[in-house]
Amino acid sequence: MSTATETATGIETFEAEITEEQIDNLKRRIEATRWPTPELVEDASQGVQSAFLQELARYWLENYDFGRLEARLNAVPQYMTEIDGVGIHFIHVKSEHADAMPLIITHGWPGSIVEMLDVIGPLTDPPAHGGDAADAFHLVIPSIPGYGFSTQPTETGWNSGRVAAAWAELMSRLGYIGYVAQGGDQGAGVTDAMGRLAPTGLLGVHFNFLDAIPKELLTAPVGPRIVFSHEEREQLGKVVSVFMRGYISEMGEHPQTIGYSLVDSPIGLAAWMLDHDADSYEKIRKAFVDGEQTGNLSRDNILDNITLYWITGSGASTSRLYWETSKGAAASFKDPPPHMKLPAGFTVFPDELFQAPRHWVKHSYHDLVYYNEAEKGGHFAAWEEPEIFAEEIRASFRSLREG
Amino acid sequence: MSTTVETGTSIRSFHVDFPDEQIDDLRRRISATRWPGKELVADRSQGVQLEALQALARYWLDEYDFGRVESRLNALPQYVTRIDGVDIHFIHVRSEHEDALPLIMTHGWPGSVIELLETIGPLTDPTAHGGRAEDAFHLVLPSLPGYGLSAAPAEVGWYTGRVAKAWAVLMERLGYTRYVAQGGDQGAAVTDDLARHAPAGLAGVHMNLLRNALGNTAGLPVSSEEERAALQALTTFKSSGFGYFLEQTTRPQTIGYALLDSPVALAGWMLDHDTDSYYKIAGAFVDGKPTGNLTRDHILDNVTLYWLTGTGASAARSYWEGGHAAAQATGKTPPPVTIPVAFTTFPGEIFRAPRSWAEKIYPSLVYFNEAARGGHFAAWEEPELFTEEMRAAFASLRGKESA
Repeated sequence: MSTATETATGIETFEAEITEEQIDNLKRRIEATRWPTPELVEDASQGVQSAFLQELARYWLENYDFGRLEARLNAVPQYMTEIDGVGIHFIHVKSEHADAMPLIITHGWPGSIVEMLDVIGPLTDPPAHGGDAADAFHLVIPSIPGYGFSTQPTETGWNSGRVAAAWAELMSRLGYIGYVAQGGDQGAGVTDAMGRLAPTGLLGVHFNFLDAIPKELLTAPVGPRIVFSHEEREQLGKVVSVFMRGYISEMGEHPQTIGYSLVDSPIGLAAWMLDHDADSYEKIRKAFVDGEQTGNLSRDNILDNITLYWITGSGASTSRLYWETSKGAAASFKDPPPHMKLPAGFTVFPDELFQAPRHWVKHSYHDLVYYNEAEKGGHFAAWEEPEIFAEEIRASFRSLREG
Repeated sequence: MSTTVETGTSIRSFHVDFPDEQIDDLRRRISATRWPGKELVADRSQGVQLEALQALARYWLDEYDFGRVESRLNALPQYVTRIDGVDIHFIHVRSEHEDALPLIMTHGWPGSVIELLETIGPLTDPTAHGGRAEDAFHLVLPSLPGYGLSAAPAEVGWYTGRVAKAWAVLMERLGYTRYVAQGGDQGAAVTDDLARHAPAGLAGVHMNLLRNALGNTAGLPVSSEEERAALQALTTFKSSGFGYFLEQTTRPQTIGYALLDSPVALAGWMLDHDTDSYYKIAGAFVDGKPTGNLTRDHILDNVTLYWLTGTGASAARSYWEGGHAAAQATGKTPPPVTIPVAFTTFPGEIFRAPRSWAEKIYPSLVYFNEAARGGHFAAWEEPELFTEEMRAAFASLRGKESA
C-alpha cells in the first residue's frame, strides 16, 4: 500500500486500500448474522439492545457507503514508519501557518484515528474555523500499535510507556523539536507516559481523561486527604465502576478469548465496541434508532470506526493494550512512575465517565497550567464535539507558545 | 419438537431433532472463521490459545460426528413440562431398583445436561458399574431455563432461587415425595437455594462447588495452610480470567451477539472457564490426550448443543440474574440450611474448599470428602469417581422417613 519512501527517516507515504472482496465478505457476514433473542429489560442494563443493533446492521448493509472510510483516510496525508519493530501508521497534516505548534494526538479504545479526523481542519487551519492563525497546529495523529493500519506487535511489552517512547521517536523523526501531546482514554495513558518520560522537545501535555488517577483514591476509598465532599465520593464511585466493567476485565485479562469474537463476527464486534459507557451508548443509540444525532456522532462516523476495526482485523490486537495496561498498572503500584514535571492542561467534558475535580488533576500534574469544564461532550470528546475540543486545545496550549 | 398437546401440568415426552440445514450452516461458519493473530504469550495468560482453538475447529469440521448430540440425547428418556411459564426440558431415568433414591442433578455454565450423561449408568444401574443395588438412584437431569433444550425465559426474575422452586415443582409433578438434590457451578447455586427453600420431600443435598465462598469469603477461617491456599486460589481466579463472569453478570446481551453469531467465538468463550479445565481440554485437542472423560467429542457435544439451541445469550443471562439477586440480598440473611448437606472437594476445582469452610456455611454438614481426581466439571471428567461420591454422600439418608 505504500508508494514512496523517504530513506533518511524511513517514512513512507501510505494510502489505505480496502478491497471489494473484503467489503463483500463483511456484507455477507452482516447479512448472515444469527441474532439472539432480545434482552429482557427496557433499557441497556443487560447490554446493547437488540433493536438498536439490528438497526445498526440494517443501516450498515443498506445505507452505509463502504467506500467512505478509504476515501476519508486517503483525503489526508498518511504515512508509515517502522519504530521499535512495529509499523506505525500516522496522519501528518502540516499547517500553512509557519509558527504552528506541532501536536501529537493519541486516540483510545474503541476508537481510532477516525475519532480525530474532524479536528484536523480546526486545529491546522484555525482561521477557516473561527479561530486565530496564532492558534494553529501541525498535527500528527498516529494509530496505536495493534490498532487500525499500524501493524500488530508480535511480542508483549507494548504498554503505554513503550508507545510513548515510540511517539517521541516519531516526532523526532519528523524533525519536531518543540511540540505538545494530547490524549483521552488510552491516549491519555500514552500522553501521561510521554509527559513522565519528558523526551527532549516535549513542551507540555493536555488530557481529556484522567488516566493518572491518584493512587490514594484507589487504595483508600474514602481517603480523607483527597476525597472531601459528597460530590467527590460520587466521582470516586464512578471511578471504581469504570474498573468493574466486563469489557475492561475481559480485555485486561484474556484479550485473546474475546478476540475470536471481535475478528469473526461483525455484529459481535459492533456490540462490544458500542458497549463502552452509558453516555456514548445512549447518544449513538439515539442516532440509529431515533435519528437524533448528538454533535458529530453520526451513524456514518460511527460505522467508519467499526468498519476500520473489522477491515484491519484488529479486535484482538487492540484488546491486548488493556492486557499490557493491567500488567503495567500492577507494576506501577509497586514502583511508581516519575513525577510529571511538564506543564499540563486538562479539560473535563461533562459527560465523561467521571468528572475529575481540579485537585485530583493537580495531585497528579503539579504544573497544571490549564483546567476547564467544557459545556458539551463526553468520552469521545474530539469525535463528538470537534469545534469545542479544538477550542480547548487552543486555549490549553496558548501559554506554551513562544512569544 | 414436542409430540403431544400441552395441558396444565402435563409432562410430554421429547425427542431432539436438529435440522440438517442448521448443521450445514454451523459447518459453513466454522470453515469461514476469520482468525486473530496468535496470542503473544506461551500459556493461558492472554486467554484461549490460538493453537488450541484452531485444533478444536479442525476436529469439529473434519472429524466430529454432528449427529452425536441428537443420538446421545434421544437414546435417553427426555421430557418437557411447563413450570412457571417456562418449558423445562429434562432427562428422567428410573432405576430398575425399587428402593432407588430419587436425585435431581443440576448442571452449570458452560455446561448442560451433556456434562451429566455418563453418570446416568453408574447412578441408576450401580450393579452394572461396580456398585450395589442399594446405591441406586432414580435420576432427573433438567436443563436450566435458557440453557440447551429448555425454553429461554421471556421475563427477568429467573435467578437460581426461582429455578430451585421450579425443581421442587418438577419433583412433585414426577410423584417423588422424598428425594435428594445435587449440583456444581450454577447447579450448586440452585441446589443451595433449594436447600434453603427446603420443600417438602427434599431429604438432603450434595454440592461440589462451595457457591457461597465464591461470592464472599468474609467470616471464613483463613488460618490453616489449606484455608490460605483456598483463599489464594479464589483471588487468582478473580484476577485472571474473571472477565467472562463480570461480562455475563453485567452485559449478557452484549456478549450474546458474538456467542450466537460465531461458533469459534462461542467455543473460545466456553473453554475459557477456569485454568484447570482449560488446560485439560486444550490438551485433549492439541496433544490428543484427554483427561478422564473430557474427550474431544464430549467437549464438542456440549459446544454444539449451545450452538444449535442458540443459548449463548440466554445462558449468560443467568449470571445477570445472579448478580441482581445478590445485590438485592445484600445485608439480608438468607434462610439457613437445616437439612443434611454433603460436600465433595475435587482437587482441580477453582478452589479446594476446606472442610472448615463447608462446615461454617453448612452447619448441618453430614459428609465431606476430598476426591482423588477431578476438577470443576467433576461429573463430566470423572463420572465413576463422582458417582462414588454420590453413593457415599447420600448413603446415610436412605431408607429414612421424611422429616
